[in-house]
Amino acid sequence: MTHKQQKERAQERRNTLFFAPMAVLAVLLVALPLIYVLGMSLTANDGSGFTLANYKALLRADYLLVFANSLKLAFYTTAVSLLIGYPFGYCMARAPRGWKSLLMMLVIIPFWTSALVRIFGWKILLQGNGLINTVLKSLGLIDKSIKFLGSYGSVLLAMVYCMISFMILPCHSAVDKMDFTLVEASRDLGAKPWRAFLDVTLPLTLPGIMAGCVLVFVPSVGIFYLSDIMGGGLVLVGNLIRDQLLKVRDWHTGSAMSVLLVVLTAGIYLIYRRCGGDDLGVM
Amino acid sequence: MAGSKRKKKRNLFSPIYLTLVLLILYLPILMVVVYSFNAGRTISAWQGFSTNWYTRLFSNGLMKDALVNSLVLAGLSAALSGGIGTLGAIGISRSHFKFKGAVESLATLPMMIPELVLGMAYLALFTGVGVKLGMGALVLTHTTFCVPYVFINVKSRLVGMDPAIEEAARDLGAKPLRVLFDITLPLIMPAVISGMMLAAAMSLDDVVISFFVTSAETTTLPLKIYTGLRSGGTPEINALSTLMLAAIFIFVGLSQLIKAKSDKMTSPR
Repeated sequence: MTHKQQKERAQERRNTLFFAPMAVLAVLLVALPLIYVLGMSLTANDGSGFTLANYKALLRADYLLVFANSLKLAFYTTAVSLLIGYPFGYCMARAPRGWKSLLMMLVIIPFWTSALVRIFGWKILLQGNGLINTVLKSLGLIDKSIKFLGSYGSVLLAMVYCMISFMILPCHSAVDKMDFTLVEASRDLGAKPWRAFLDVTLPLTLPGIMAGCVLVFVPSVGIFYLSDIMGGGLVLVGNLIRDQLLKVRDWHTGSAMSVLLVVLTAGIYLIYRRCGGDDLGVM
Repeated sequence: MAGSKRKKKRNLFSPIYLTLVLLILYLPILMVVVYSFNAGRTISAWQGFSTNWYTRLFSNGLMKDALVNSLVLAGLSAALSGGIGTLGAIGISRSHFKFKGAVESLATLPMMIPELVLGMAYLALFTGVGVKLGMGALVLTHTTFCVPYVFINVKSRLVGMDPAIEEAARDLGAKPLRVLFDITLPLIMPAVISGMMLAAAMSLDDVVISFFVTSAETTTLPLKIYTGLRSGGTPEINALSTLMLAAIFIFVGLSQLIKAKSDKMTSPR
């Protein structure tokens, strides 16, 4: 038996050796940088040791407003994505078999495509003499170009556009997994379509909706370059942190902001898990 | 009777809605491509077809540098994350190591935390410890955020694999390494490759982390596009974006194709 044990030990050692590079990478390039930032946020600018001053410095009306703005935008983004994405995921799941994989492909491709490039496309569409203004003018709906770019709506549009795949995919898989005989049963028992939807479909696909909401909300809070590109000067947490680092050069306050952002997003994720949400592994 | 009526109603709404949303999803991408062939200097008015901007792009030394940098970076980080992620997935799914759960969550953490935080953390750490910013830092950080894509892909493949195949090889006297190279690796190869393709696409796409860890001399395509867009955008940026789109489409398309093919091969249906 010792021979077998020896063999097993060798096997175990090899397995550990296999994931050693990943462990080293995870410690050096994931844990260490984050701990470093945490440390910076808890030390003073002049190097005099531990302090909470950087966090106290965040309690300024203008900073808090920026955090509130980011949360508000993330909330709107999530709501709009849900309103558009859920029906899409639903229709996709109910589409004829042959179409499903094509639809899936069509949704996934933009998902992996540079957000930057896609937002650029909107910029072209929305500009003063862009396609949308031209169409509206030729239809006689407006006589002067509307200034879309820079408006809150244009930033929200860009956000929804970049995030919606994160909503569609979990909603689609929830509807896809659902047993539709249950809906049929409720319909046979006399439920109106909307009633069957509210009482059967919606509760059964709620896990997908929740996963989608978290997947959209969390990255939405931290995004910063979309509002930069769409213009309009909306300041979000991301802009604030970037400016704190690269313009003000106050790394310690910037670190405190980052920690707060991570705590916020982790908090959302924890609440989600507490409410019985699935592991968000990824798609 | 009632059933068929129900079906008809749904059939009308669904395709219209799907088409409409997909059109909106693809229209902006199409615009970028179309305007890259615009003869005019601006991105606003259409002034005829021309491939002028592509020729200009290729004669622009800075752009060429950015292109080469991006491709080298994507290649290196895909290869490195491919190796590290695959070995990690094999090791973790077999090992009984106490902290393997911790390693796993830590390694996949970059998918969950805001890129911005990760980017600033790298900049802070690298300047603090004295790691030189630039290509080396880019490769290290891109590899780190690419590993989860390979790891998760390969791990789910390993979980779905029939352990009897490996056992059979072992029972027939194959040494562990032989089992690894002759049985395990060929079986998970599609997952490895599709994971690496996604990793390449992610690296090719990254703005935020690159923004923080690059040096003044090293620039990548997305960074070029980002700075170009902030100052309004030119057809040259369109052309650049189109090339990048093409590259990403190829990577993602290949990745999906490989995955679909291997799913078909191994699924019982």
